Amino acid sequence: MSLDKATVRRIATLARIEVPEADLEPLAGELSGILGWIEQLQEVDTSAVAPMTGGTDVKLPWRADVANDGGMAEAVTANAPDAQGAFFTVPKVVE
Amino acid sequence: MAYILKGETGDWEVVIGLEVHAQVVSNAKLFSGAPTTFGAEPNSQVSFIDAGMPGMLPVINEHCVAQAVKTGLGLKAKINKCSVFARKNYFYADLPQGYQISQYDQPIVGEGAIVLDMPDGSTRAIGVERLHLEQDAGKSIHDMHPQKTFIDLNRAGVGLMEIVSKPDLRSPEEAGLYLKKLRSILRYLGTCDGNMEEGSMRCDANVSVRPVGSNELRTRCEIKNVNSVRFVMMAIEHEARRHIEVYDAGGTINQETRLYDANRDETRSMRSKEMAHDYRYFPDPDLLPLVLDDAFIAKLKSELPELPDDKKNRFVKDYGLTAYDADVLVSERENAQFFETVAKGRDAKIAANWVISNLFGVLNKQGKAIAESPVSADDLGALLDLLADNTLSSRMAKEVFEIMVDTGKAPGAIVEERGMKQVTDTGAIEAAVDKIMAENPDKVAEIRAGKDKLIGWFTGQAMKATQGKANPAMLAELLKKKLAP
Repeated sequence: MSLDKATVRRIATLARIEVPEADLEPLAGELSGILGWIEQLQEVDTSAVAPMTGGTDVKLPWRADVANDGGMAEAVTANAPDAQGAFFTVPKVVE
Repeated sequence: MAYILKGETGDWEVVIGLEVHAQVVSNAKLFSGAPTTFGAEPNSQVSFIDAGMPGMLPVINEHCVAQAVKTGLGLKAKINKCSVFARKNYFYADLPQGYQISQYDQPIVGEGAIVLDMPDGSTRAIGVERLHLEQDAGKSIHDMHPQKTFIDLNRAGVGLMEIVSKPDLRSPEEAGLYLKKLRSILRYLGTCDGNMEEGSMRCDANVSVRPVGSNELRTRCEIKNVNSVRFVMMAIEHEARRHIEVYDAGGTINQETRLYDANRDETRSMRSKEMAHDYRYFPDPDLLPLVLDDAFIAKLKSELPELPDDKKNRFVKDYGLTAYDADVLVSERENAQFFETVAKGRDAKIAANWVISNLFGVLNKQGKAIAESPVSADDLGALLDLLADNTLSSRMAKEVFEIMVDTGKAPGAIVEERGMKQVTDTGAIEAAVDKIMAENPDKVAEIRAGKDKLIGWFTGQAMKATQGKANPAMLAELLKKKLAP
């Protein structure tokens, strides 16, 4: 599988990464290379293996329904560039 | 009756599918230990997981899982014993992770159905496509600063059940009935409080139109986040008419997300969502598949309460109520319980009538829920007993009921205090009638000569003479006998 320039441009937009026009073509080549390398996995015969989303036999851990976190607005907003009171703020989002 | 919209080029029908986001009733969020209480101080209910801090790992809340399964069972739906959480990627200021943890091609609950109770007493089954668990986003507040949007993440990470209907709905009315029925089921189950005003139940409507008689599915538009049943109905009607106008003018409809503005009764395109349909879902590497065992599901099944449909059928069968009355009584579990307390050991039809016509009338007028009713179920029952043993006539019972509403007193005390006991002593009534006849020989003569209408005048006089306490049936019988020609 290989990616063309237009696809890379679209992925960059969706990921909100600014990629200069001149870099699109080389990036397409690099990404295609990575995909090609991963594609080697296709050579493994998986016809007898049930689909899986992970490689471990561990069960998903569950938590009890207990409220025991939060109550730290200051810590949560500590790294925010422009916190006002207990709120995060961002440039106005107009709908 | 079919809902048909007239266009210039012909008749159209509407095809509607609803996506309801129902907030799971739980103490803590879906993947963190932060509390879910509504209306707390900004960002006071946020853990580092909810804030999307690096290195934090989500751990699923078992109660939220149980609530989703319970809801699935209540919708008579297929429970998927293995489901998978996926990341839905998009950027928005109130989504700190940059993705929402949701479920994509393997939801926790599969196909089910919701039965609508139509106004004519018939029923109609609407398919449920799926129910999946996902995180809520935070809240954006746009009116606190001219150039900035304020973000409160208290809601971020709260568990939601997204319940998706099949495109089976054909009118705004059906959409409204669907939402009310779903809300009723959720409230019976205790899995969502169904409060649309506080946003714990939100609805997106997918709307398209097609010429009557056709089976095609045309391009649909999604109307986002409408926050009341009435607005959903209005938004659907408006959107359907917009589609028809576009088609009539030879245009085409683009698939897009639109926002309903209730003040102007119009929908408009949400440009911010243009790219949003490319969510690049993939299984969340932080979460293993959610696997349920049979014992877990069986236990939840054994704990299910009697649901509205079953209760309605029982009310019709055991109490002999009409489908309509039963439907009115079961929509809220508390109402049904009140009715059953009143009806216990009494005439159920009379009880239903009093609860629906008199009590609900008062509650509607006062804007109160049944929990705040000025008249308790036991007191209303006691009133019906006084009616049944002839202590009160039905007119007097209504009077006593009004006093009960105003004072909150028990009916027995009111009757005692005001001496409102109905006169069933034939002698007393007869004496009153004899006196009136003796004082009005001319009227007696007229009625005996065939002027039947005068019977009303005699009834009125006799009631007046007994302060309204004469048993109406006995009085009528007596007058008929005494005034016979």
